[in-house]
Amino acid sequence: MSSKIYDFSSLTGSIDAALNSWMSPGLAVLTELVIIGLVFLIFYALLGLFLVYLERKVCAVIQNRVGPNRVGKWGLLQTIADLIKLLMKELIPIRKADHLLFVLAPFIVIIASFMAMGAVPFAKGLHVLDFNIGVFYVMAVSSLGVVGILIAGWSSNSKYPLIGAMRSGAQIVSYELSVGLSLMAIVVFSGTMSLSGIIESQADGWWIFKGHIPAFIAFIVFLIASTAEINRGPFDLAEAESELTAGFHTEYSGIKFAFFFLAEYINMFIVAALGATVFLGGWMPFHIGNWEGFNQVMDYIPSIVWFFTKTFFIIYVIMWFKWTFPRLRIDQLLTLEWKFLLPISMFNILLIAFLVLMHWHF
Amino acid sequence: MNSISKYFSDLFKGISSLWAGMRVTGKYFVSPGQIVTQQYPENRATLKMEPRFKGEIIMPHDENNQHACTGCGICEINCPNGSIEIITDRVPNADGKLERVIDKHIFHLSMCTFCGLCVKTCPSDALAFGQEFEHAVFDRHKLTKVLNQPGSSLKKEAKK
Amino acid sequence: MSEEIIKDVIVRENEDYIINMGPQHPSTHGVLRFEVCLKGETVKYLIPHIGYIHRGIEKMCEADTYQQIIHLTDRMDYLSAHINNEAVCMVVEEAMQVEVPERVKYIRTILDELNRLASHQLWWCAFGMDLGALTAFFYGLRDREHILDIFEESFGSRLLHSFNTPGGLMHDVHPNFQKRTKEFITYFRKKLPEYDQLLTGNIIFQERVKGVGYMSREKAIAYGVTGPSARGSNLACDIRKIAPYGAYDKVQFNEILMTEGDTFARYQVRMGEMWESMKIIEQLIDNIPEGDFTAKMKPIIKLPAGEYFKRVETARGELAVYVVSDGNKTPYRMKFRSPNFSNLFVMNELAAGGKIADLVAISGSLDLVIPDIDR
Repeated sequence: MSSKIYDFSSLTGSIDAALNSWMSPGLAVLTELVIIGLVFLIFYALLGLFLVYLERKVCAVIQNRVGPNRVGKWGLLQTIADLIKLLMKELIPIRKADHLLFVLAPFIVIIASFMAMGAVPFAKGLHVLDFNIGVFYVMAVSSLGVVGILIAGWSSNSKYPLIGAMRSGAQIVSYELSVGLSLMAIVVFSGTMSLSGIIESQADGWWIFKGHIPAFIAFIVFLIASTAEINRGPFDLAEAESELTAGFHTEYSGIKFAFFFLAEYINMFIVAALGATVFLGGWMPFHIGNWEGFNQVMDYIPSIVWFFTKTFFIIYVIMWFKWTFPRLRIDQLLTLEWKFLLPISMFNILLIAFLVLMHWHF
Repeated sequence: MNSISKYFSDLFKGISSLWAGMRVTGKYFVSPGQIVTQQYPENRATLKMEPRFKGEIIMPHDENNQHACTGCGICEINCPNGSIEIITDRVPNADGKLERVIDKHIFHLSMCTFCGLCVKTCPSDALAFGQEFEHAVFDRHKLTKVLNQPGSSLKKEAKK
Repeated sequence: MSEEIIKDVIVRENEDYIINMGPQHPSTHGVLRFEVCLKGETVKYLIPHIGYIHRGIEKMCEADTYQQIIHLTDRMDYLSAHINNEAVCMVVEEAMQVEVPERVKYIRTILDELNRLASHQLWWCAFGMDLGALTAFFYGLRDREHILDIFEESFGSRLLHSFNTPGGLMHDVHPNFQKRTKEFITYFRKKLPEYDQLLTGNIIFQERVKGVGYMSREKAIAYGVTGPSARGSNLACDIRKIAPYGAYDKVQFNEILMTEGDTFARYQVRMGEMWESMKIIEQLIDNIPEGDFTAKMKPIIKLPAGEYFKRVETARGELAVYVVSDGNKTPYRMKFRSPNFSNLFVMNELAAGGKIADLVAISGSLDLVIPDIDR
């Protein structure tokens, strides 16, 4: 049915074949690793810059402002100028800080987000790591970032960062549960943990439509919990600037601060991509049951466009949250998780298991 | 049972209140026409300050390079910050009598708080507020201004 | 009585986890320093340290004539500059036994209320920002801009307009003043419900402010808290009602009183006062009598020897001006009882036992303006 969709594996396969014809298989694998690494590094940097720009524009329009508009056309080069500024800034060494951990922390945060990125299926066949436990892998890797945040707060040897880091630890450990359970809902529906398998199972309709109300509830829970997991408003307690000045990265300057900043935005992209993949069909075009003509028209839109449209829709919703709501207090944050989200998602997963058992879903 | 219904009613009330807020911000997101930002350096040509705008103290001169300041010093006395200094000279007039004229009317913009007492108390209405507001300079000595133009003289009819 | 209400002197201990909020901190809105002792996230005690922006305004007044004092009062509570000016002018007018024209009274009252509106709008957006609702900040400033434009057209300056002068006004208001004020009121009546949708009704906001920072009526009296902060604790202390000045005796308005005494009550009092301010302006704006914009005053004002006292209701509470004159053209002693100074020191009572986030909400709800505390 999805035969119309361009498969990127033909492109990657031809590159693989060409490399293998030029050099020994071991060297070819090494070259491929380097190429993929470089492509990802560039993509990572460009995506981070674009997301910062997007955030600034979205919040500006919401707040009746223009937003960045000086550097480049529509201010498109503004974030690049900011990056250059941050690169040139002094890395202020903190006396009495734990220097090794202080330097290590931003790298842990950024590596965690980088690893999670590898498992994101961007388009049909454009998928670096297609694990059979893809969902599990992304969950596990993305929660590594909190280690970096905790280390950053601890090693700064400063009071505000310590409070911020402790808040962040409590928050992510709690919300990890809801994110996991809401993703598990779709795993139960599709019967696989592999991301490509989940996408294939949505060829005749996305899970948010096929899964009745329980899937929709899981989607809402996922949106809320993942917003909390990536430390964004209204759950940005770890860096609540009106309370803790800047939270865990108060003592960081220059490019090390930029790493935290970048990692936050990439994490936002990752959860949005995961949400789009699991609930909204990833790169799968919008299909309705047996409407063959309609489905074929939808197939003409490239799969990579579908993926980025859905991802940026979720990113926009997360931004919309941030620029509307006031921040929660730490006890209310934990109340929301343990009293509302967790019971709801647990009940939800039971309901879904029942639905699947009875074959009531499409 | 009651507590369960309360749990759910709280939940739905909460969600609907959040949705009310998101409607407000969402409404502004889809109507970029409501943007109120002024594009400042670009709109210099159209940017008109109000006629009463207190930008700086000026001494209006007419086409004959004449002003109305007699050098009486009332503005200097009334200024709470000492931002006005008047240096007067005595020159003989047509009758041969020595007459007071201003040599320099010095205005320290850096000290001025724009209270308007000098303009209000000037008996000959020699001072006024200018609309200039771009006062940023690299050297603060440039903020000390001599208000009377070189070679200017006293307007005769202003004396009566 | 007061011993029971006001807590004993705070004793610092060695193992206290003390963080300094301020002098440069986003939520203190200026150079104020809170020495906050924490136990986990909970505030154990809090000591405000003031004086970072002390300019000695009271002493400077002793060297200035009464006309010159006006521009110094602008710089105390800069958000209700016009009301501060009026307080000094009224003291001088009372001492000189000058009857200001009706027109001046009406215009002063309208400007008072416009200033109060502008101040409350800024409070609203800063309060939203303290709680993390950053968009609220821009909506508040956007609407405040309209008031500042009206001010700019009439007085030439937007924030610190030394427009009052003993005896009346510097000059008459702009011919467009009435029209633009009425336009603003119709505009803001449409925008104010949006504030409620965005923040007041929001479940997160309500959770953050309800039951936080409870101040009893007795505590408010004991600490001398005035203004909307005290009215949130059911303490009727509106000078506009108790001792009407200007044209306040000619208008109908309600003194908003809340019984809860928490942060949300203080919030609601201010939101209610915005509606009341608009009501007052609407009653006066069409009825400004014709006449002179200033009473006849001598160019050099010498108050008769004696003591003079006058109080007004600024956007934050009761501002009292106390002048001792020895008959010279400058005052012998000038004392300002500024509302924020008293409002600040109840902070420890309200914030102790709460979370850090509550501390931010409470300091936001007291609406502190730091230059007014230090003077």
